[in-house]
Amino acid sequence: MEELNEKVVRKLKNKFGDIFLNVQEFRGELTITLPKEYIIQVSKFLKEDEELSFNLLSDLCGIDMNTKENRFGVIYNLYSLKNKHRIRLKIFASEGDKVPSVTSVWKTANWHERETYDMFGIIFDGHPDLRRMYMPEEYEYHPLRKDFPLMGISGSLQLPE
Amino acid sequence: MEPQTRKSKIIELLENEQTSVSFDDPLGSQMILNMGPQHPATHGVLRLVLKLDGETVISAVPELGYLHRGIEKLAENMSYHEFIPLTDRLDYLSPLSNNVGYVLAVEKLLGIEAPIRAQYIRTIICELARIFSHLVFLGSIGLDLGAVTVWMYAFREREKLYDIFEKIAGARFTTSYARIGGVAQDVSDNTLDEIKKFADEFPANLKECEKLLNTNKIFLGRVDGIGVISKEEAIDIGLTGPSLRACGVDYDVRKSNPYLIYKELDFDVPVYDGGDSLARYYVRMDEMKESIRILHQLIKKIPKGDVKLDNPKKVLPYKKQVYTTIEGLIHDFMLVNFGIEPPVGEVYHAIEAPKGELGFYIYSNGEGRPWRLKIRAPSFVNLQSLPILVKGAMISDVVAIIASLDPVMGEADK
Repeated sequence: MEELNEKVVRKLKNKFGDIFLNVQEFRGELTITLPKEYIIQVSKFLKEDEELSFNLLSDLCGIDMNTKENRFGVIYNLYSLKNKHRIRLKIFASEGDKVPSVTSVWKTANWHERETYDMFGIIFDGHPDLRRMYMPEEYEYHPLRKDFPLMGISGSLQLPE
Repeated sequence: MEPQTRKSKIIELLENEQTSVSFDDPLGSQMILNMGPQHPATHGVLRLVLKLDGETVISAVPELGYLHRGIEKLAENMSYHEFIPLTDRLDYLSPLSNNVGYVLAVEKLLGIEAPIRAQYIRTIICELARIFSHLVFLGSIGLDLGAVTVWMYAFREREKLYDIFEKIAGARFTTSYARIGGVAQDVSDNTLDEIKKFADEFPANLKECEKLLNTNKIFLGRVDGIGVISKEEAIDIGLTGPSLRACGVDYDVRKSNPYLIYKELDFDVPVYDGGDSLARYYVRMDEMKESIRILHQLIKKIPKGDVKLDNPKKVLPYKKQVYTTIEGLIHDFMLVNFGIEPPVGEVYHAIEAPKGELGFYIYSNGEGRPWRLKIRAPSFVNLQSLPILVKGAMISDVVAIIASLDPVMGEADK
């Protein structure tokens, strides 16, 4: 494992013990899977720790694994301006579960979480303004779910006469 | 004349309908103004709902989605090669750097690297795309603030770049030039000479534009100290690219996490402290000059060689091979119909696009199509800072602030 990745894992394990479900390195990128209840604590620690200082949330996105249990994932791509280093956090939730919002840690998560809600229907608990980002307000489907057909659903969008 | 009779028919109609519009004192009360989605200054189909107190903006809510085409959904239903033309339609002011950003992410997933000449060509087109995109910024901020001449000068230069792109990629606008494992075709020496000629002439032409703006009192009055964001706020809200560097944060993916051959090049990253529209303007002007510096080094150093990796299971063969050899035909058929077979895994790769950090996150389950492809579009994230920037500004400054942020809706709406 890369030196910085090892340091991140060591620090996280020292602080939180054995809560992590999976730690994986692929092409030099570290992915840490953790239970969704811990996401705020862990992100706060990663951001505020002076040595690690992952202060930029590059990207946040959802993923639909198309499984019964833990169907949806939320992926956080973090960047540390100080160490010039990237890591990735990952949490899973079943359909209908609420996921804690990280807007209190990084403000930029606001729109990313709105987009994820719009595309996957993942509800973020504690989000200040959880509205659809792209689709119309009254739209009832979530287009990036795997059971949403590529052709769309006819009649789901009201078109002008 | 009685005030009653002076009311126009529209106002009468408005009052009769169920509205809460009042006409007593427009300057003394707050009002809601809808700006866009069809507005010349919102650069595409951005809609802003502004709350105004007289002429001062109290708060603003951007509305996106008018250009949403579901590119991420489309990506899940096509092979990795097929997706390249769609990246042109993201940031349509710099299609070449989107192409490169995407193929670099796929190459990272596959664990392959393009030949050295292809890397040089990619770096050249990335820098040309940066100038290409910043020229639109320069032209449009001039146009939005009344300096129409700058628009003409900037687009005269852009026209030369269009001609160069046509020679490189065969298309002026939707280039789709980069390929997984290389680029579509080699660049001829004549084209390199033309790029060199452009790089030689450009600084003098850019100076013409600078002369019109840098000491222009009207221009400076509209951008100096307007739309300020602090360093901490900018990082928190996720700003990247020139807008972040205008706040004094030295973050450029080309320097901090070098890709292609940026490690071997000698260039500076312009950083300004103001955090206002003027600083964002200066950063982009300096970046264009740095890009010219990079281009000169690249053209001097570019080696001869192949522009596509010899890896028939992953990289599309040259068209000549497809038409003349049976192996080429088989490989082309297999790649087009079934796609590459990447390993199971996930990668995130970011490049420094003209607008900021352009990242592609790919989750592969080993099939020929990505299970999930997420585009981290810089314009989308940068637009999130707009409510902070316009707060307390005048309504006419909103136009200048949007222009200085330089968003492209094709990318923000995906």
